[in-house]
Amino acid sequence: MSGFERHRRTGHVIATFSGFEADLLRSLASQMVELLRNERAEPAAPAADPFEAMMAEFSGATTIPEDPVLARLFPTAYPEDEEAASDFRRFTEGGLRDGKAAASGSIIDVLEEAGLPPELTEDGLVIDVELTHAEAETWMRAFTDIRLALATRLGVEAGDEHYWHSLPDDDPRAQAHDIYEWVGYLQETVVEALTAG
Amino acid sequence: MGGVSAASPVEVEPTQTPDEITFLAKPWVTLVWDDPVNLMSYVSYVFQKYFGYDKAKAEKLMLEVHTEGRSVVSTGTREEMERDVQAMHEYGLWATMEKAS
Repeated sequence: MSGFERHRRTGHVIATFSGFEADLLRSLASQMVELLRNERAEPAAPAADPFEAMMAEFSGATTIPEDPVLARLFPTAYPEDEEAASDFRRFTEGGLRDGKAAASGSIIDVLEEAGLPPELTEDGLVIDVELTHAEAETWMRAFTDIRLALATRLGVEAGDEHYWHSLPDDDPRAQAHDIYEWVGYLQETVVEALTAG
Repeated sequence: MGGVSAASPVEVEPTQTPDEITFLAKPWVTLVWDDPVNLMSYVSYVFQKYFGYDKAKAEKLMLEVHTEGRSVVSTGTREEMERDVQAMHEYGLWATMEKAS
């Protein structure tokens, strides 16, 4: 397992993944896209004309999402003013959802362009990823969303590492927590690569 | 050019000091709250990148979030703070806004 680093000559942010790792990352990003596109208050089809787009905006969500992951991704901006909070949500949540879905979508696209097949069958596959500064920032944001989603589902709390590490290896929650830590490691190395040089 | 200029329709309020004017124009703050997920390096990166803060200021605010549970990361008009809160949500930080106390 290795993380991201900054390419000395090009300044690009690069990483090498095994086929298994790339497939796992694609699966996490796909689940993120799916989650963000579910539970939509507005029509799923993109609006064809500006008027329709405007109306779609006006019919945006006004209440906190029921799914705790979405509630964490789109927190209430005005904790003490319900009406202002609804207005804020109506005007921002749709755009934020699209932006986050696009960020996770970029992970899928880059991995597949780098040679990850639709179905992973081959052993020993190696996927080299090379990201521009802007692409690396997009991945960094997507890693945050994925980590927030995993942490919310698992119920991660501050200082609970010992609990997770004490679970038996075959506990699915321990395995999910390992994935959460792995994405955290990837994110940490992206931040390091972006700030180096 | 020339002619008699009309009196300006805008009257300066002579009783307001510049400090009060600034205060009235900037009554809102953006707060970022601590969460057990976001990495300290990431939060500091976001504060530098989005707000343009230098590393020292970004790290001070990040540590304040971490140790105090929350920190005021920007101050401005209501519209400006709505933009900042939206941007923080885009970065996955837990941000809210309120009137400056």
